[in-house]
Amino acid sequence: MIPLADRAFDAPHLNYGRLSPLLIVFGVALAGVLVEAFAPRRLRYAINTVLSLVGLLAALIAVVLVAGDAPSHHGGVSLGSLEAVGAIAVDGPALFLWGILLVFGLLSVLLFAERHLEGGLTAFAGQAAALPGTDAEREAASRGVEHTEVFPLMMFALGGMMLFPAANDLLTMFVALEVLSLPLYLLCGLARRRRLISQEAAMKYFLLGAFSSALFLYGIALVYGFAGSFQLAAIDTAISARAGATSMLLVGMGLMAVGLLFKVGAAPFHAWTPDVYQGAPTAVTAFMAACTKIAAFGALLRVFYVAFGAANWEWLPVMWVIAALTMAVGSVIAITQTDVKRMLAYSSIAHAGFVITGFVGVQSAAEVGDTQVTSLQAVLFYLVTYGFATIGAFAVVTLVRDAGGETTHLSRWAGLGKEAPVLAGVFAFFLLAFAGIPLTSGFTGKWMVFAAAWAGGAWPLVVVAVLMSAVAAFFYVRVIVLMFFSDPVGDGPTVAVPSILTTAAITVGATMTLVLGVVPQPVLDLARQAGQFIR
Amino acid sequence: MNPYLPIIGLGVLAAGFAIFSVAASSMLGPKRYNRAKLDSYECGIQPTPQPIGGGKFPVKYYITAMLFIIFDIEIIFLFPWAVYFDSMKLFGLVEMVLFIATIFVAYAYVWRRGGLEWD
Repeated sequence: MIPLADRAFDAPHLNYGRLSPLLIVFGVALAGVLVEAFAPRRLRYAINTVLSLVGLLAALIAVVLVAGDAPSHHGGVSLGSLEAVGAIAVDGPALFLWGILLVFGLLSVLLFAERHLEGGLTAFAGQAAALPGTDAEREAASRGVEHTEVFPLMMFALGGMMLFPAANDLLTMFVALEVLSLPLYLLCGLARRRRLISQEAAMKYFLLGAFSSALFLYGIALVYGFAGSFQLAAIDTAISARAGATSMLLVGMGLMAVGLLFKVGAAPFHAWTPDVYQGAPTAVTAFMAACTKIAAFGALLRVFYVAFGAANWEWLPVMWVIAALTMAVGSVIAITQTDVKRMLAYSSIAHAGFVITGFVGVQSAAEVGDTQVTSLQAVLFYLVTYGFATIGAFAVVTLVRDAGGETTHLSRWAGLGKEAPVLAGVFAFFLLAFAGIPLTSGFTGKWMVFAAAWAGGAWPLVVVAVLMSAVAAFFYVRVIVLMFFSDPVGDGPTVAVPSILTTAAITVGATMTLVLGVVPQPVLDLARQAGQFIR
Repeated sequence: MNPYLPIIGLGVLAAGFAIFSVAASSMLGPKRYNRAKLDSYECGIQPTPQPIGGGKFPVKYYITAMLFIIFDIEIIFLFPWAVYFDSMKLFGLVEMVLFIATIFVAYAYVWRRGGLEWD
């Protein structure tokens, strides 16, 4: 064995400029922790809110600058470079995902910082260590203490989400998965109202998430055993050159798929979604539903297109079944839901199914014409449309309240159209977007993924998807009918007047949902410019 | 001979010993039931009574253990870094300072928020 110190050693090189979006987000998270440590208690909320907003804006500008001078390969088919000794791929899809994650992160910060709805306090537990229903909890509430740690926690989660789809080796990907998951487990349990159900949600999410992380890690180990490398490109080479027994690869691929499909909330790994989405503070639900799903789909696409692309005959049939199952489970079970947040959770499961439908379509840019899009580009575009509508819809949910906080039971939403026509109208618009009605972003998004799936020969799946869209449209329209054509039960719902923060989030969500439905071309062009993954 | 055969042999031996021990103690051992056997096991000391509804419990050992892990991880990375310190030049120094500063943020938070006060 060679003594360690005698071996030649190349000092690694880090291009801080290309990694700056990631570094800014993690830097803001660390600065937020320092604010929690050193700033006086009454200033922490203001400093952390401003810090988060400014930091995310700076990171967004950095993404635009990095994308502006990213090197182009193969005549514009792909762009970007491998950074950090090949551990992080700063390529077109990664930059696109970073951009939309930061935009949705900004909207989520607005919801996190909302203080008008709880009498001058945020929607997060004043003192999470105080047991629900005890004197300690009442004392914390009357003293007006807040956990402003939610801002750095959210920044850490967002940093993990940005690293997850950009990770170019499996170890970095696993670390990113943990960095994004651990803060989310905490955030889920921090609701100010209905704390027991919130803590139950956090516990369920943590236990199931830990299992799925373990399965993902086991998959990584088996794939490493097969390929002898963590690098996605090296795994691709090993798969292309394989001969004979590949059971280790197949089992590893399957276990990794379980870990990733758990995070996107695809059936049959969706069981946590309704409980966690319902129990978590609604601002956190909005953040999770939009950003976690985007990050996980980005990672799913990168792993399966770059590393396992040569084995697609093995995994495509499985993904077909999962896509059909996810759409069916999400759409059909949503019909029986009586809680708005649970209904939106099942709706998000159905949307995961639509995205996987796009995912199994054409992969190579050479197979599509100038007017068509590849699966990757269709999925990227769909995630944008889905994210704006989702954050907007959950922001509306935070405003419909009664004495006990948010009132999410559907029966209490009856007659909302008479109480607050504008708010009910905006919510109806988001629901129509989820259903995929023309002139909303949902229609253009669905059109893109279905077109990509059709061009890839997955027409049976497109037929299932269209049928399930019709089923889903039924329960979206039912809520609209309930809001506008039913009489309120008892006193009816009350609609709280939010501050500029939530108003801004809803306005941006609704505007973008309309704009992407009418003129989708600019964002679609951006997705097309993002090109393909580099390896 | 297959090189894995001794491992299988060892596995069979281990499983056999485990099954034999459990079976033998349940067949041969004396069975005396008393209240202590129904208590929760806490390393031989008297179990602490839990307050109604769960209650609060001190987490200071937990914080100590977590802080230990923070510094443990730091040391793990410092060792290989020290071995290659010469060949990494200024880059290595800057990166390690950044890494230690990051670790220090967690430490500063615990210190300022009273995590290090024992009582």
